[in-house]
Amino acid sequence: MQKEGQFHIPSGCAIAGLFCKDGRRVSGESMIDSITVMHDRSNGLGGGFAGYGIYPEHKDAYAFHVFYDNTAAKESVEDFLTQHFDIESLSRIPTRKTSGITDAPLIWRYFVHPLPRMLQDMEVDEREYVVRCVMKINAQYDGAYVFSSGKNMGVFKAVGYPEDVGRFYKLEDYAGYCWTAHGRYPTNTPGWWGGAHPFALLDYSVVHNGEISSYDANRRCIEMYGYSCNLMTDTEAITYIVDYLNRRQGLSLEEVANVIAAPFWSTIEAMPEPKRSQMTYLRNTFASMLITGPFSILLGFSGGMMALNDRLKLRSMVAAEKGETVYVASEESAIRRIQPELDRIWAPRGGEPLIFRLNEGVKF
Amino acid sequence: MAINYMVPEYEVVRDPQRCIACRVCERQCANEVHSYDPELNCMRSDETKCVNCHRCVSLCPTHALKIVKNNDTFKLNSNWSMQAITEIYREADTGGMLLSSMGNPNDYPIYWDKMLINASQVTNPSIDPLREPMETRVYLGKKPDHVERNSDGSLQINTPPQLELNVPIMFSAMSYGAISYNAHESLARAATELNTYYNTGEGGLHKDFYQYGPHTIVQVASGRFGVHKDYLNAGAAIEIKMGQGAKPGIGGHLPGTKSVGDVARTRMIPEGSDAISPAPHHDIYSIEDLRQLVYSLKEATAYKKPIIVKIAAVHNVAAIASGIARSGADIIAIDGFRGGTGAAPTRIRDNVGIPIELALASVDRRLREEGIRNNVSIVVGGSIRNSADVVKAIALGADAVYIGTAALIALGCHLCRSCQTGKCNWGIATQRPDLVKRLNPNVGYQRLVNLVNAWQHEIMEMMGGMGINSIEALKGNRLMLRGVGLNEKELEILGIKHAGE
Repeated sequence: MQKEGQFHIPSGCAIAGLFCKDGRRVSGESMIDSITVMHDRSNGLGGGFAGYGIYPEHKDAYAFHVFYDNTAAKESVEDFLTQHFDIESLSRIPTRKTSGITDAPLIWRYFVHPLPRMLQDMEVDEREYVVRCVMKINAQYDGAYVFSSGKNMGVFKAVGYPEDVGRFYKLEDYAGYCWTAHGRYPTNTPGWWGGAHPFALLDYSVVHNGEISSYDANRRCIEMYGYSCNLMTDTEAITYIVDYLNRRQGLSLEEVANVIAAPFWSTIEAMPEPKRSQMTYLRNTFASMLITGPFSILLGFSGGMMALNDRLKLRSMVAAEKGETVYVASEESAIRRIQPELDRIWAPRGGEPLIFRLNEGVKF
Repeated sequence: MAINYMVPEYEVVRDPQRCIACRVCERQCANEVHSYDPELNCMRSDETKCVNCHRCVSLCPTHALKIVKNNDTFKLNSNWSMQAITEIYREADTGGMLLSSMGNPNDYPIYWDKMLINASQVTNPSIDPLREPMETRVYLGKKPDHVERNSDGSLQINTPPQLELNVPIMFSAMSYGAISYNAHESLARAATELNTYYNTGEGGLHKDFYQYGPHTIVQVASGRFGVHKDYLNAGAAIEIKMGQGAKPGIGGHLPGTKSVGDVARTRMIPEGSDAISPAPHHDIYSIEDLRQLVYSLKEATAYKKPIIVKIAAVHNVAAIASGIARSGADIIAIDGFRGGTGAAPTRIRDNVGIPIELALASVDRRLREEGIRNNVSIVVGGSIRNSADVVKAIALGADAVYIGTAALIALGCHLCRSCQTGKCNWGIATQRPDLVKRLNPNVGYQRLVNLVNAWQHEIMEMMGGMGINSIEALKGNRLMLRGVGLNEKELEILGIKHAGE
């Protein structure tokens, strides 16, 4: 049987996220609690979490989380890291024995800073440098996979049900202002840890429920810009598109949403100028990055979270607020579980981005 | 020995019980197949002249006629077919080159028919175009590389000139001269109503049709027939014709018999003279010369119109397209070896060029590998026969398609492949006024509109089935295709998996 990354895997899923606008940090426990309710939306073949603001003591370093199949892979990647980065610290990521989580690879964490000399030689900015290094390890180092590479954030994922994954990684020991979670229901048995979600690059992390029908159009487009879609999953392609549009083209997240879940032409035509020509421009210029088919995604990034549905809203997604905390999940039950009393709960419209950011003055 | 007797390919079968000798067939046949015998009060046929255009069959009021393949045969031979032998007789007779029309009719693989389209089941929903929006709009032209901002932070609209199409189907180049005034009028009006484009071909633009300019692509070919400043500025885009699928490597042919009256005037050539375009453009012997012509045309039109470069699908098409994508051209049109023509040397039509499916797949992949796919749009033609071909072309990577033969069939063409004779009984590929008037442009334009509307509905149904509600998400989406009965190499070139994989 082919392994993950050798063919395109459709999958259905559950997603959940919470975000504290006031920067209050909450333990990963509550996110585990929330996603547990949606157990039946996953099938035990992948679960994961992303937490933001979890490494305040290393907040200026890129936190690399890496899976290794064996020590040989670890040694060669560590050679590479030493040549390209100043390593502030390194350690095994703490885990606990959990029934339901088996065949764990070696899981290591590195807090690193790009070497200024190398940066200068490559004549790229720091973030581009990190992207290229991560891409190189993932594409060229057999048995090694960098699955998290942002600052003051981290992804924790595995093959298993999300609640087991959360306990395996001892997420109760981490506190963040934003958490997203994912339970995977792939339609095959990939059994590879790297294939679980969230999928992350730099501080962007994506959890995604859906099966995008535009996948190969999106993949073949984004691969032109130096990304290689090694996992062949929708989430990976979405993450690269967001990175390309937001970081490299400098589009705002609202504009990114208007590319990937573009309004219908009929809607655009009814818009007043100059909005109409701005929207036409985005849709025409980045036509191949339009994503069709059902999806609900949560995009985590430093200081914020974006929730977005496909334009027909073919996947369930609800949002809610209580005080300074916002919640988004595939099902209302997942929100009520951790916050029974809500100020407001609503279903965002298809294609309408919800973007939450830290309140002014809150810094991480 | 009557060695110049050619065994007719077809036999005219007339049912004497039905025939009332009304002589409609006689009047309808410009090839003079039918004649009336007053002595016996019956109709006779000279089958040697029959091209099997089905005009008489269609108009016979008593359905007394049918045209069947002639059973008369030479001694059967798998190597020396009747056609091979007959062609030798004809060439030995005249010393002339064999001419034919329309596309390569021979038994080469049709890759469209070896690809199958996907549909959603369970894991994602199909989308119902009767109940949900389903978008087929396409913009053709170069896309900006970088987003730039105005001082107020808004997006700078730095998009080079584009063509906007409601449906990714355009009418391909067919010159006024090769086809009739009424055929051109039908195409121009249909393109306007459909919000797409038709293409003048290399014969210039008749004064009457300047009004359809916003939906016209004006062509500049190696003969430069009918090219002047007003002409260039009349259209929505300019197409440089480097080659044509039906006859790669040579220029256009218009027999003098068709170069009459307004046709000659529009081309700016003497009446009755053969209009044979030079094989190459004599100002383009290399890619850097093409760049100069592209920019000359842009200068002449104030950089307001996209420039299309049309090439025939030939062996090295991917490298050629890569050169064109860097030449300043906005759109590349690729014409496959099945593409039609009003006149071409038979040997060239039947033996030169490659299938459009393979050419398209290679060009799209090559441009992506080089990271220049957004420099140009890709339009393919030759031959797109139905909406499924359109869907497959777009999934392979095309932005839009050109249809020529299909459009003519909608106008009544029966593919008798005799356009070069100028005696088209359907009023399409002729300049004889008595024949031209058989094509009513009011009817013709409506039939073209109907055809494209029907295809659009079918495209939307197929897209919806795949769970795709906008055509840009289909473009280059090769996972939506699977091959059947293709070998590894063919699958590799097409960039698709085999059915069952």
